[in-house]
Amino acid sequence: MYPARFEYTAPSTLEEVIATLSERGDEAKVLAGGQSLVPLMKLRFATPGVLVDLNGVPGLDYLEEDDGVLRIGALVRHKTCEKSELLRSRYPTLGHAAPQISDPLVRNRGTVCGSLAHADPQGDWGAVMLAARASVVARGPDGERTISIDDLLDGPFTTTLSADEVITEARVPDPGARSGGTYLKLERKVGDYATAAVAVQVALDNGNVGEIGIALTGVGPTNIRAAAAEDALRGSEPTDAAIADAARLAAEAAQPQSDIRGTADYKRNVVRVFTERGLRTVVAAAKGEE
Amino acid sequence: MTELATHTGAAAALHPVEVTVNGQKRSAAVEARTLLVHFVRESLGLTGTHIGCDTTSCGACTVLVDGVPMKSCTMFAVQANGAEITTVEGLEQGGQLHPIQQAFSEEHGLQCGFCTPGMMLTSMALLAENPNPTDKDVRWAISGQICRCTGYQNIVNAVQRAGELMKEGS
Repeated sequence: MYPARFEYTAPSTLEEVIATLSERGDEAKVLAGGQSLVPLMKLRFATPGVLVDLNGVPGLDYLEEDDGVLRIGALVRHKTCEKSELLRSRYPTLGHAAPQISDPLVRNRGTVCGSLAHADPQGDWGAVMLAARASVVARGPDGERTISIDDLLDGPFTTTLSADEVITEARVPDPGARSGGTYLKLERKVGDYATAAVAVQVALDNGNVGEIGIALTGVGPTNIRAAAAEDALRGSEPTDAAIADAARLAAEAAQPQSDIRGTADYKRNVVRVFTERGLRTVVAAAKGEE
Repeated sequence: MTELATHTGAAAALHPVEVTVNGQKRSAAVEARTLLVHFVRESLGLTGTHIGCDTTSCGACTVLVDGVPMKSCTMFAVQANGAEITTVEGLEQGGQLHPIQQAFSEEHGLQCGFCTPGMMLTSMALLAENPNPTDKDVRWAISGQICRCTGYQNIVNAVQRAGELMKEGS
């Protein structure tokens, strides 16, 4: 399959990237890993007039901690996250998710920031970043702005980025010492989209739940934050009963649709089970019992 | 960049792409929308790289781009400009099968042969990092490839055997 014809440009600076985006507007599309965009172009669901390849811009492949914030540059591949000891040890929600993204070949090329910009409601990173209270830095002709993931995701395959903006990095706050996080994903086979998945992250504060994030994949028009479930646990002791209640609230927050991967009821139940299992696991990890 | 007349009358820009494929410098001018797999098969004439699903699912089209296994149906040829590409044709050296080819033959890992080029190239990258992969390591590494003979066991055996052969040979 061939994509529709397009113009290709591979600038070496972000300024040139943004200049092309400003000039061409909605007609232009940024190409990072291309592991979602290229298939869409081959199916002609996407027919951009011009592709702006980010891969020629140096210095966007950093994955580093800086003053209590993890910074993931626009060209960091999933594979880099999968191999990162920093993510495994300090940012476990991300560390657990990385090896579950698509398949090993796609992970070699696909990028975290590209996945966020693609805003597929079945994308994994959106839920992970919601749970981790992350944000992205978007650069446009008027400079940079920071957008929380909650504000970034606007609808299926739709973000609040304007046509002349490009995500330059994702920022994830340090979850702290007494914290835990994980990502539980049900997939029919490696490389398939999630039937349903749940990201959970908890920090303990004197034995009670402090910061908490619970977010869902594949069960709504975007990745969904299970806010009621978070609110129910925040500030209280994470007992088995409290966790079970939060899991029920998370299932209520899901808006699944029946499809070849399962019925809506089934997916809602997966969300409940994964939320409960995930919360128990991460609370134990936060207490140092892992 | 040159221009190519098309049946629609519109002119399509051609981009020069130069790669080092299996140690040889090769170049061709292609449209931006030319996928790497089409460039390899049609511009370079290396048809050992197969097109399976054409939807980023099966891994049959896997080649090494600067040593990293990539699905060549999900990358544009222009993006490989300047890169080092290894295809299945680059494995045999001076009439001698590469240990990975030898092992696929010995262990009956080829079966129908369609997924074999991708399987071998992905396994090359695995063995470069981990010369003694466990059964689980191999299955994990090739989880982006689909064998529709569903004969994964022989492929796993072959990759492990290749690891042994490479150690014996070194």
